[in-house]
Amino acid sequence: MKFGVMKPHRRNQLLLICILVLGLGLALMFTLRALDSNINLFYAPAEIKNGTPPIGKRIRAGGMVKAESVRRASDSLEVRFEVTDLQGSDFEVHYTGILPDLFREGQGVVATGTLDSDGVFSAEEILAKHDEKYMPPEVAMVIEGAQIQEASAL
Amino acid sequence: MLRWFHEWGSPKAFYLRSGKMLPWLACLTLVLLTVGLVWGLLFAPSDYQQGESVRIMYVHVPAAILAQSSYAMMAIAALIALVWRLKIADAAVQTAAPLGAMMTLLALATGSLWGKPMWGTFWIWDARLTSTLILFFLFVGVLALRSASGQGRNAGRAASVLALVGLINLPVIKYSVDWWFTLHQPASFTLTERPAMPVEMWAPLLVMVLGFYCWFALAWILRLRLEVLQRERRSEWVQRLVSP
Repeated sequence: MKFGVMKPHRRNQLLLICILVLGLGLALMFTLRALDSNINLFYAPAEIKNGTPPIGKRIRAGGMVKAESVRRASDSLEVRFEVTDLQGSDFEVHYTGILPDLFREGQGVVATGTLDSDGVFSAEEILAKHDEKYMPPEVAMVIEGAQIQEASAL
Repeated sequence: MLRWFHEWGSPKAFYLRSGKMLPWLACLTLVLLTVGLVWGLLFAPSDYQQGESVRIMYVHVPAAILAQSSYAMMAIAALIALVWRLKIADAAVQTAAPLGAMMTLLALATGSLWGKPMWGTFWIWDARLTSTLILFFLFVGVLALRSASGQGRNAGRAASVLALVGLINLPVIKYSVDWWFTLHQPASFTLTERPAMPVEMWAPLLVMVLGFYCWFALAWILRLRLEVLQRERRSEWVQRLVSP
């Protein structure tokens, strides 16, 4: 048995497998690119603004809950807020029900519901989306304190 | 390198050599998992947004990492089985599949338990969750194909081909959170940037990941030894091993 040199039939087989996997990978890549907008879980605020999603159909829309936009009804569970992409596009969401614990201003949110022709999104389900950052509460308080100090110094 | 490869590739040598590693690997697994669990569940800080729920991370993240890397390991074994026809590699594919399926299921289950209190739902068909579910089906598919094909000369080839083809799902899982809008957040750890969490959180997580790797290696070797004994039960060395 000679070490170091690959036998021709093995090399051919290796080549064949590599071509097979690469070819299928390429095919999958094209399929996924073609399906791109269908794989996205939700419509972004800019798309809602552009009128991309259908009116009156059940869709998902997502973005950040705009700061100081959350208004709650005093006599029911109804809540209204604006969802923004922080780049100038936002839309209004109306929802009646219990919000997830993580729901707060400045946090991500994904809503299922329907869009009406005025651009108001009536949600039947609200899911909270959080980012990839984790930190202990004390650290968060220190950072928040520093930001407030910075803001008041300006 | 190749010589080493061939020596380990013989079922008998594998059986005898791996036996010596087992106690060490078992001790290491036990220590890492105990330290990691106690550290992560009791002493690591809670999260400013998620509170104590963040501790699910110490099981969820290692399980998800293992689910994907065990698939890669299984695919490497499948490649060796197809090209070099090493018997031990085919046994490795067969024994890795149920373990990988277990890890994927654990990742899906813990993710689900984490998703309900944080996101508000147990399940959503976003790209990350769906591609991970496909990973689970791939493991099950490899397992089913391998179990159905018996012990002949060309047995296991279909399972190995499926294992290799399924490799293209791994980059989809990894980049799903970057390519599409998903409910799942992007990765907290990247090669180029600092971890998006303090050391008090990622250190126990790292210990858990290492512990999961050791556990996986241990379970894989144990299953592989059993499989080798079963396949070689008529050979002289197994006969001598079992009858004193």
